[in-house]
Amino acid sequence: MAIKTIAGAQVNVSEEGYLEDMNEWNPEIAKEIASEVGIELTDKHFEVLNYLRDKTEEGESLTIRKVGKSGITDIKGLYTLFPKGPLKFSSKIAGIPKPASCV
Amino acid sequence: MSSTEKKPLEKVCIICAKGSLEDVYATLVMANGAVMEGIETNVFFTFFGLDGITKERMLNLHTATTGNPAMRMPGGIPFPTMLGGLPGVEAGVSKMMRSQMEELDMPPVDEFLEMITAGGGMIYACKLAVDMFKLEQKDLHDEVDSIITIGDFYGLCDGDRTQIIFT
Repeated sequence: MAIKTIAGAQVNVSEEGYLEDMNEWNPEIAKEIASEVGIELTDKHFEVLNYLRDKTEEGESLTIRKVGKSGITDIKGLYTLFPKGPLKFSSKIAGIPKPASCV
Repeated sequence: MSSTEKKPLEKVCIICAKGSLEDVYATLVMANGAVMEGIETNVFFTFFGLDGITKERMLNLHTATTGNPAMRMPGGIPFPTMLGGLPGVEAGVSKMMRSQMEELDMPPVDEFLEMITAGGGMIYACKLAVDMFKLEQKDLHDEVDSIITIGDFYGLCDGDRTQIIFT
């Protein structure tokens, strides 16, 4: 665990850069983490991020299949929003823990 | 000279040659997992593995209830081979396994293939096996890109950070 300054805020992050406490998250932090992986966030991105955060708060484990059925976007759309890391990058940007699912 | 530099995997080429439920799913999980990690992914279905991409069979794959020492009853008691041979047992057990996988959000085979191609993964069928089983492209799921030779497949496996996986 380490403390990192993201978008002017001091947050706890894991070795791989995931936020340790999802309550330390804010949209500015999301934008900065996103730019580190080369993604510029749009409203659609935030819809996905909020969905991921809601589900995590409810204690659900996440899969790309679930996001694909959320009505926000399909799986192809999810890959377009978060290339090369539909669950990995989206989780990181959403400030939630690294996904523990294999699907 | 540094030996600590990480060299992440860039491409996987996965071969599925067996048609049981667990063999096909092992292939699909590994392929989808690679695509989700941003790894270029090619999947090559051959011999009985073709069942996993054949429209008529893909949604009804079985797991062997005889000759399978790892097969257990609910509760962990070994599954008697004699019982496994009774009519309908294999179908019933396979159906149960599919429903357990669904609970873990593992999709049916056709949807799984769509997930893989949605992320840019490529699905191929082996020409020799397709000819042997007298199949045609129209018998295969729409997500199958093409029917290719083993030479073509090896051609797809170039690059020094590529691994070939035989499930």
